[in-house]
Amino acid sequence: MVWKNFPPDFYVRVDKELCINCMRCIKECSFGVHEYDRKKELWKRHHEKCVGCLRCAAMCPAKAINIEKSRMEYSPHPVWTNKVRKDIKMQAETGGVILTAMGNEVPYLSYFDHLVLDACQVTNPSIDPLREPMELRTFIGRKSERFDLEEDSGASLKTEIAPNLKLETPIMFAHMSYGSISIEAQLSMARAASKIGTFMGTGEGGMHKDLYQYADHIITQVASGRFAVHEEYLKRGAAIEIKIGQGAKPGIGGHLPGKKVTKEISETRMIPEGSDAISPAPHHDIYSIEDLSRLIYALKEATRYKKPVFVKIAAVHNVAPIAVGVIRAGADAVVLDGFRGGTGAAPQVHRDHHGIPLEVAIATVDRRLREEGIRHWGSIIASGGIRCSADVAKAIALGADAIYIGTGALVAMGCTVCKKCYTGKCPWGIATQIPELRKRLNPDEGAKRAANLLEAWSHELKEILGALGLNSIESLRGNRDRLRGVGLNEIDLEILGVKPAGW
Amino acid sequence: MCGLGGIFNLTGKGISGRDITIMASMMKDRYDGRGGGFAAYGIYPKYREYYAFHLFFKDEEAKEVTEEFLKDRVAIIKDEEVPMRNIKEIPREQIVWRYFVEVPHKFKSKADYLKREQDYIIDTVFTINDEIDGAFVASSGKNMGVFKAAGMPQDVARLFKIEKYNAYSWITHGRFPTNTPGWWGGAHPFNILDWCVVHNGEISSYGTNRRYLESFGYKCRLLTDTEVVAYLFDLLVRKQKLSIKTAATALTPPFWSQIDRMPEPMKTKLTALRMTYAPAMLNGPFAIIVTNAETMIGLNDRIKLRPLMVGKREDFVYLASEEAAIREVSPELDRLWAPRAGNPVIARLNGDVKEEIIH
Amino acid sequence: MLQEFKKIIREEEDFVIIDAKGIYYRELNELINELILNGSKKFRILNVNGQRFIADGLRGGYYIEIYGTAGDDLGGFANGPTIVIHGDIQDGAGNTMNEGKIIVHGSGTDIIGHSMRGGKIFVKGEVGYRVGIHMKEYKEQIPVIVVGATAGDFLGEYMAGGRIIILGLEKRPEVEDIVGDWIGTGIHGGAIYIRGVITKDKLGYSANIKEIDENDRKIIEKNVREFCSYFGLDADEILKSKFTKIAPISRNPFAAMYSDSRENK
Repeated sequence: MVWKNFPPDFYVRVDKELCINCMRCIKECSFGVHEYDRKKELWKRHHEKCVGCLRCAAMCPAKAINIEKSRMEYSPHPVWTNKVRKDIKMQAETGGVILTAMGNEVPYLSYFDHLVLDACQVTNPSIDPLREPMELRTFIGRKSERFDLEEDSGASLKTEIAPNLKLETPIMFAHMSYGSISIEAQLSMARAASKIGTFMGTGEGGMHKDLYQYADHIITQVASGRFAVHEEYLKRGAAIEIKIGQGAKPGIGGHLPGKKVTKEISETRMIPEGSDAISPAPHHDIYSIEDLSRLIYALKEATRYKKPVFVKIAAVHNVAPIAVGVIRAGADAVVLDGFRGGTGAAPQVHRDHHGIPLEVAIATVDRRLREEGIRHWGSIIASGGIRCSADVAKAIALGADAIYIGTGALVAMGCTVCKKCYTGKCPWGIATQIPELRKRLNPDEGAKRAANLLEAWSHELKEILGALGLNSIESLRGNRDRLRGVGLNEIDLEILGVKPAGW
Repeated sequence: MCGLGGIFNLTGKGISGRDITIMASMMKDRYDGRGGGFAAYGIYPKYREYYAFHLFFKDEEAKEVTEEFLKDRVAIIKDEEVPMRNIKEIPREQIVWRYFVEVPHKFKSKADYLKREQDYIIDTVFTINDEIDGAFVASSGKNMGVFKAAGMPQDVARLFKIEKYNAYSWITHGRFPTNTPGWWGGAHPFNILDWCVVHNGEISSYGTNRRYLESFGYKCRLLTDTEVVAYLFDLLVRKQKLSIKTAATALTPPFWSQIDRMPEPMKTKLTALRMTYAPAMLNGPFAIIVTNAETMIGLNDRIKLRPLMVGKREDFVYLASEEAAIREVSPELDRLWAPRAGNPVIARLNGDVKEEIIH
Repeated sequence: MLQEFKKIIREEEDFVIIDAKGIYYRELNELINELILNGSKKFRILNVNGQRFIADGLRGGYYIEIYGTAGDDLGGFANGPTIVIHGDIQDGAGNTMNEGKIIVHGSGTDIIGHSMRGGKIFVKGEVGYRVGIHMKEYKEQIPVIVVGATAGDFLGEYMAGGRIIILGLEKRPEVEDIVGDWIGTGIHGGAIYIRGVITKDKLGYSANIKEIDENDRKIIEKNVREFCSYFGLDADEILKSKFTKIAPISRNPFAAMYSDSRENK
């Protein structure tokens, strides 16, 4: 009795009249769905193996393939859904933890979808960003409380400016490691970030030498496994990010299986080829907040206080005091990764059931930092489940300084969110190290598409600001007066610091 | 839409309230009669040492509660009703009383007593506005006062007998409210200590500015966007000791594209200023006049979405939304000009008037 | 009405002279309209100060002289009159004007000539922000603005047609350049001629510096001569200067902005 993948999720329907037997589908599918028996001259489609990535359908020259959601299901039950029953059967069969990828799939309330932006009418002219100046430039890092000049007439500046990252748009590419994604995918984002004037994160996989030329637009990461962490690596990037946790799997570590540790990955991560790369759940030199401070200052010392140091935490129940602690510990920015954040591999139970919504985390952290009078000590970078420019604008209005996009960037480069990143067989050449698959992503094309997405969102952000009658992103930051809630309850509204529509 | 005006005598000569009333009435097409007001400096020379509190009370009870509170906090040197006429255009909505007060001596022992004393006064004002139902402090500076009500400015002038006051610095405002209801306290000018602000337009960055000020302990409870301007000047100039020019630059900084073209060290200086004061930047369409005892400042938004004219005749400086308002009181002028966007025009007592070039 | 205002009206040669001191704009404009119905063609209005909408929507070749400061929206929607102002104008003079002339001996402020479709505005002094914003042309109608001194930012914003000439003959101390920043931002028709050299960093989006051709020279000469004739200035001297022409990059500079139009390319 084989229950795995039964009933299948998808049904592969091929129009025989259109099919020209070119065999392209066999080559395109990295999961072995399509099979042709040459002797019998018969096609076999392994529906149970199909992940719904649509690669074969997209590449089929005859347009003969249609991937359908399988209509075969267990007898309907509102609580014991098909997914629940299939998960149980799979675990009964294997005794294993269910592994998955990408973001939270449970339909929790999306606050972004219950917040609306204001617009000008009469009392305040909207501004046309195509014709008038519209500023998205954003600085990430510590700011002074006051501006100090030697003498007012003189230009000499007493205020010491802490190192900041200068972003021409408040959108950066999130940390996705080399290993979890291909060098072609990283190169695409690095080039796009350089072109637009923003940044990408290396993730914890180190910085491949092909990325060195874009290092001014790259944020390096120091995670619990400390892979690739080396003084040169720290000094090479524009900023350093300590990763404490991740929204998709708060509280747990990571594991890159040895079979994925190829020669190049081994060189970049500075570990032996074929060895497992394990990132422990905690940093074993950080068991409390003062230890985090020690690591922050160790990194600042190593880079002679020239690089801002960020700390990324998953948005969890107590996020506000934790984030305040992170800033007080010396971080130049805190990255809040909400519970919709993506991942290349995570146990389903963690991805779907830990953490809190990003919107709530931004609101409470921003408020708490202000209450303590230290909002200017560090920036807030919001990350996890940001899907469009409106989400960016709402995150900033709630109090974020800038945002990271991960999944959005991957989708721009071809990803269709089939949630099979952890298999290493990404049919779009993104989350894979297999040379034949990697060829599918041309970094020139990937860079163009990733840059286009940033350009389009930036443009939309300018239009949003214009409609709000603002000509600079800093006047939207924390400006919750320009948001209203629709269909949220009183407590939600209070937590978000937003009035209901009509008030 | 609103109209604003100001008259400033550079040598500190007193001017009757008649001219400022004429200026206000010249711009009547800009108002709808739901708010008008004046601020005047130099009107209480006899009590120049004391903070002059102009207070609005809803009723006698609010007045009693406030006086109890005041007696605990300050010494009242003198108090009296602010003289008013009965006019049909503006029904008496409020009891208007003025108090000349002094801060107890314990605050004078420390080296930074003035700053502490001023913070104490601000705290007193915030507490009354915040916690005493039906009481509102319209102004709290020394040797100055704010007169305002829900009506056309020219009627407010008659109501408060404005023509009887002599001041070296006058500002006025007529209101066409679109964001908050028209009531006496909601009319301009807005005041804190000796800072006053009148404003035409909208501060679209209000939410950002308000939350920034709140983290420094200011309480924005007046339900209007204009109050943040007064508090920002208080924070930047009085507390953080920036010059008025630098403070104005922080509020309406040049665009990044302009900064990027500047030579060093200007570029670094302005970058640092913008980074530091990003949440203080004022955005939206506005023309404002800000005053304190020594200064009158005119300022436009960074892309000049509201009008503002400056006129000068001998030692008189005039600011107004419309040239006609200035011409009506001073047909002949030595100079008349519209300052450029974001450039503060600063008139200083015993000094001159100058448009500072920051854009 | 004429009876009511008898005291402030008198006639001199073929002019009707009105003393507008202290007269509210509605009454003043009503009076002018009544006089026109009575057959008056030429007006001299004295002591004007801030009265709005003078000659607003006026159709026909009337001649109006104004002494004083004209209020907002002078000559808005005007369709033919010639208005000469011995004094300054305020915001929005010539707003959506179709035909006629506004000749200003003083200075002006913001959005002068907003959406103007035809006619001409000559200002001897300086002007403020967004002058000539969204000027357009239609068939034979080509509106023109000539300014003797300087102009602020966003000159000729969204300009879709017409001609703007800025001479920069005098500058006040606070002003460095003849024209502010973001010149011709969003321009997609018409041309701006500025006396002297303008660098590209002063231009707004979609504006470009173009070579001046024979046709441009004719336009500049014709309008500068007319300008000088009103203010007693030496046109030959001014015309010796070099001019910079600013014109759109294309007629559809923003076509590439939307994703559907990008795909169609």
